[in-house]
Amino acid sequence: MDRFYEVMFIVRPDAEDADVDKLIAGFEQTIVNGGGTLRSTEKLGRRRLAYTVRKFNDGNYVLLTIDADGTLVHELERRLRVSEPVIKFITVRMDEEQKRLDKIKAIRATRKKLSAQPAAPAEIPAETVAEATEPAESAPVNA
Amino acid sequence: MADETTTHRAPEGGAPSTSGPRTGGPRAGGPGGPGGRKFFRRKKVCKFCTEKIDAIPYRDVRLLQGFVAERGKIVPRRLTGVCTTHQRRLTRAIKQARNIALLPFAAKY
Repeated sequence: MDRFYEVMFIVRPDAEDADVDKLIAGFEQTIVNGGGTLRSTEKLGRRRLAYTVRKFNDGNYVLLTIDADGTLVHELERRLRVSEPVIKFITVRMDEEQKRLDKIKAIRATRKKLSAQPAAPAEIPAETVAEATEPAESAPVNA
Repeated sequence: MADETTTHRAPEGGAPSTSGPRTGGPRAGGPGGPGGRKFFRRKKVCKFCTEKIDAIPYRDVRLLQGFVAERGKIVPRRLTGVCTTHQRRLTRAIKQARNIALLPFAAKY
């Protein structure tokens, strides 16, 4: 179960805070029971909707980040659809995106190390490098 | 409407160090350069490449808003200068944001 998802849903604005908490707790329970793990729950607060949804112009946004498999996501979506206070939801698979980001980060880190290692033992080359890069950056501004 | 968005976008990503010499020429000449054009063309550079923004999350409304026209349309690449890869990701993020009512499908007038 290496996939992780972001589930964002909008709770109707006239719902009480306690009810919202109860609702979230219910979904968390579903996730845990279904064999998934909950990474984080975030209440993004009340926001104006970009368009009217079920005659509401505001909504409470809630974001769940979960590790889950397909069947669990299916079940969670079914519950979201059925539960009356939830007016809209979206599930986005994030693991592949995250993998890509980690890869880029790793590549950046290796590049930084390469540039930092020769500069660390001797200070003189580091200064020359700094001088060499500075005019190159400032040159276009002058031109 | 489309022209407005170009002019808005231009100053943001329009000062890259790589294309500095190229833009320097027409800028020095000012308007009315070769070919009788009234406006010079600045080389547009992808905002995401220059600023090294890796992720384009659908939740970041502030970021996405810059690439959406007044009526809610996605601004084409030729106007914003975003590279193909990032435009694709941007499009996806905008469509996801529309789905969860963070961005409008069509703005009301």
